[in-house]
Amino acid sequence: MNYIGRSLKRLEDRPLLLGAGAFAADGRWPDQIYMRVVRSPVAFGKILGIETAEATRLDGVVAVWTIQDVDDLPPIDFRQMRAEGLVPYRQWILARDYVRYVGEPVAVVFATDPYVAEDAADLVFCDIEELEANLDATAKPSLFMPDSYPGLLSEPAVIRRSYGDMDAAFGQAHRVVELEVKIGRHTGVPLETRGALGVLDADSGVLTIYGAAKVPHYNRDAISRMLGLDPGKLQLSEGHVGGGFGIRGELYPEDVLVCAAALRLRRPVKWIEDRKEHLLAANHSRDQAYHLLAAVDPHGFILGLKAELFTDQGAYVRTHGTTVTDLSAGMLPGPYVIPAYSVEGHIRLTNKTPAGTYRAPGRYESTFARERLIEKIAAELELSSIDVRRINLVPEDAMPFDRGVETLGTHIVYDSGKYHDLLERLLVHLDYDRLREEIAARRAGGEMVGLGIAYFVEKSGLGPDDLVRMSLDKSGAVEIVTGVASIGQGVETVLAQICSETLDIPIERITVVHGQTDRIECGRGAFASRVTVMAGSAVKIASEALRDRAVAVAADLLQAAPDQLCLVDGAVTVRQGGASIRLGDIAGQLEQTDGLKSEGWFRADHMTYPYGIHFAQVKVDPLTCGISIERYLVAYDVGRAVNPMLVQGQIAGGVAQGIGGALLEEFVYDEQGQPLATSLADYLMPTCREVPDVEVLLREDAPSPLNPLGVKGAGEGGITGVGAALASAIDAALQQPGAVDRLPITPDRLHRILHRKRGSS
Amino acid sequence: MHEKVSITLDVNGCEHSVSVEPRRTLVDVLRDDCHLTGTHIGCEHGVCGACTVLVDDKPIRSCLMFGVQAEGRKIRTVEGLANGDTLHPLQRAFWENHGLQCGFCTPGFLMLAAGALQETPDMSDGEIKELLSSNLCRCTGYQNIIKAVRLAAAEMRSGIRG
Repeated sequence: MNYIGRSLKRLEDRPLLLGAGAFAADGRWPDQIYMRVVRSPVAFGKILGIETAEATRLDGVVAVWTIQDVDDLPPIDFRQMRAEGLVPYRQWILARDYVRYVGEPVAVVFATDPYVAEDAADLVFCDIEELEANLDATAKPSLFMPDSYPGLLSEPAVIRRSYGDMDAAFGQAHRVVELEVKIGRHTGVPLETRGALGVLDADSGVLTIYGAAKVPHYNRDAISRMLGLDPGKLQLSEGHVGGGFGIRGELYPEDVLVCAAALRLRRPVKWIEDRKEHLLAANHSRDQAYHLLAAVDPHGFILGLKAELFTDQGAYVRTHGTTVTDLSAGMLPGPYVIPAYSVEGHIRLTNKTPAGTYRAPGRYESTFARERLIEKIAAELELSSIDVRRINLVPEDAMPFDRGVETLGTHIVYDSGKYHDLLERLLVHLDYDRLREEIAARRAGGEMVGLGIAYFVEKSGLGPDDLVRMSLDKSGAVEIVTGVASIGQGVETVLAQICSETLDIPIERITVVHGQTDRIECGRGAFASRVTVMAGSAVKIASEALRDRAVAVAADLLQAAPDQLCLVDGAVTVRQGGASIRLGDIAGQLEQTDGLKSEGWFRADHMTYPYGIHFAQVKVDPLTCGISIERYLVAYDVGRAVNPMLVQGQIAGGVAQGIGGALLEEFVYDEQGQPLATSLADYLMPTCREVPDVEVLLREDAPSPLNPLGVKGAGEGGITGVGAALASAIDAALQQPGAVDRLPITPDRLHRILHRKRGSS
Repeated sequence: MHEKVSITLDVNGCEHSVSVEPRRTLVDVLRDDCHLTGTHIGCEHGVCGACTVLVDDKPIRSCLMFGVQAEGRKIRTVEGLANGDTLHPLQRAFWENHGLQCGFCTPGFLMLAAGALQETPDMSDGEIKELLSSNLCRCTGYQNIIKAVRLAAAEMRSGIRG
C-alpha cells in the first residue's frame, strides 16, 4: 500500500485532544521553585544600581540575582550566520552596565510560589539614568553603549552581494524604476509562551531541561559551553511545543538563567513567561525598509536591480547573527532572471526588542518589496503586471538555475521549477480573464474590489545533515529516533508515513522519538522547512536499510534468494509459493544478536527551492477602512507532498499569519521607546473572522533532484506572499497603483491613502 | 505569605478540596492545585481563550475568574470531555479534519464549542464562525477548526454519539 501522498490522520493528535499534552508549563517537580524576571522599564539607559534587598526579604523568596551573580557567564553566542564585528553586540543573560530595550532582563527572582516571585519582582528597583532612545534603523548610526564600548556604533554589519554587469544594465535601460517600501515589526507569537523547567539529578549530576524546542542539540552544546558543563551532564528534553514559527527554541537569556539556577540553587527551577513578557522579550522580526532601483527594457524586463535595505535588529544581535538580512539579500531576486543584481543590507540596532527569524524570514519582506516593484514597473510602462512577471520569470530550461549569490553559507541554485507553467495553471484555475471582467463590473457598480498576485521562491531543507536510527521489535513495532524537533507541524506522522511506504506497515505501528538529546547524539532541529527534506530522507534511507537487512535474514530463514522476496504488509514473502515471515518474527530471530535495526544519514550541501504564487481578492470599505479578503488562493509546488492534508494545513496557517503581518500586527513604540503593543488586545492577531478559507493549488510538478523523496519543504510558502498579494489587491481595489508602500495596511494608513486620493483628485 | 482559603471544586464530576490564596485564578487552581493541566494559559488577559472551561455549562475564560469564585459551581474541563476511551464528537472531528497542529489552543476551542453546542445545538454556520472568533489559534488558519465544529455539530444533532 502507498503511504506517501495520503492525507492520513495525525499520530500526534490523541493526547492533545484529551488534554493530556506535556507542554513546558505542565511539568511539576517536588521542591521546585519559580523564576520571575525583572525587566527594564526604559528603552535605553545606564544602570546606576539595582536594589534587591526588599525583594530578598519577602517570605518565600529563595534568591534574587543581578549580573553580579552570574558575572562568570558569557553572553549568548550565535547559532547561525556569525559575522565579523557582531561579537560585541551579543546579549548578556542579565543587563550589564546598560539597558537597551524595554523588557530586557535586569534581575531574576526565585521563590517557592509563582505569585510570590511576581510580588518580589515588583519590589526590585532599577535605578537607571535614561538616555535618548534610537528607534529609527534608517537614521544615522548612534552609539551602542557609550561608556562600555566607546565609539562602537549601532551598525554591526552590512551584507553585500552582487553579480552581473550593473553599469551595462543601467546604460541600456529604457527606464529606471525606483521604489521605497517598509515592512512593519511583527513576529511569530506562538500560543504557548516560552518556558523551561530545569531539574538537577543530584546522584548522576545530570541537569535536564524540559521545555526544549527547535534545536535541542545545538542548545545543549551552547548551554554546556556557557556553564562549563560536560555536554554529557546536560540533557534537553522536548515535550509538546505550542508553536514555533522561528522564534521559539532559540537560546534566550531566560533559558540559561534557569540552567544556572537549577545548578546553583540545587532545586528544580521552573520559568513560564507571561504574554506581556513574551511580546517584550521573545524575538521580534521583519521591520525592514527597502530602496530599490530597477533598470528595465520597454517590455518590463529587469536588466539590473540595485537594492539597499535596512533591518531593524533591535537592541542586540541574538542567535541568528546576520540570518534575516542575509536571506533578504539572497532571496530578493526571487523567481526572476535579473541579469545584474547588487544589494547592500544594513543591520542596524535600535532600542527595541532584539529581532530574529519568523517564518519565511527575509522572504516575506523581500517578496513584498520585489512584487511591489513588479507592479510599479507594470504601472509605469502601462503593461499588465502578469505580463511583466511572465517576461522576467526564470524559464524551465534554465533549471537548475544558479542564482549567482549565496545565503546561509550555501550557494543559491534553484534545483527545479516550472515557473511559467505554475502561473498559467493559476490563471486557468481562476478563469482569470472572466474574473477580471467580473471585478471590473463590480467596480463600475461602485464597489472597491481588486485582485492581486505575488510570485515567490522559497527555500527549504537546509543541511548539512541529519541522522535517524530505526529499530523494529518482535511485536513488529518500529521506533524511529531523530534529532530533529517537533513544533506542532506533524513531524511524527510525516516521518512515519515515509517509513511505512518502505516497510508497508500502518503508521500506527511506528513511534517517532524527537527532541531528546539523551536518545541520539546529534540532530540539527526544526527550522528552515528542513525536517521533511532532511529527516524524511534519512528515514527513507534507514527504512530501506532495515528492509534490506530483513530481506537478507528472511532469505536464510525461507531458503529463498533475496531477489525472489518482496516486502508486503509488514512481511517478507516469497514471490512464487507464498511462504512468508513477518518483520516482527525476523526481529525475534535477531533478538539474541543485534536486533533488527538500521540507521540513515542524509547529507545536503544545497537547499531545495519550492516556489509559489499567492492570489488575493479584496474589498475595501471606504467608510470604515476595513479590508475584507473575499478569496485567497495559494499555488505551491512542493515537489512531492508526503501528506497533502498537512501541507494544506501548513499553507493555510501560514496565510493566516501573513494576513496578521499585512493588516493587523505591529509592534508600535512611542517616542521614548515604550512599547505600545504589550497585550493581545493591542497586538492584534487574526481571528477566524479575518481569515478566509484558503484554497490551495498544491502541485508536484518539479520534484527536487536533491533528495531521494523529491520533496521540498512546505512550512513557509503559506506566509511568504501574503503581504505582497494583499498590497496588489488593495492597490487594484483603490485603483491607485503603488498606493500601498508599507505593511501593515491598518485602517488609519488606508484612511490616509484614501484621503490623499480625494485631496489630489 | 498570603492567607489561604479552603475550597472544594467540582471538576468533571470529581470533588477537589484545595487550599488556595483568594487571588489565585481559576486556571492556576485547576492546573497547579487540581493537577489538571489540559487547560492552557495563553495570555492571562482574556483574549486568546486557550483557558476556556465550562462553568455551570457556560464557556468562560478561566484566567479571568478566581478559583474561590468557582466554589459550588459545576466546572468541566477538556479532561472531562471524552467518555472513557470514546472521544467526544468534537474531539473526533478535530482529529479527522486536521483541526489542530501544535494543539495548545485546542482544549480552549473544544470547550468553547462544547459549551455553545450544548446550549444551541443548531447553530448556523455564521453563528459558529462568530463563536469561534472568540479564541485564537496561531497554527491552523482556522478553516479546519470551523469545519470540524460544523461537522461535529451536525453529528451531535443527528444523535449519533460514539
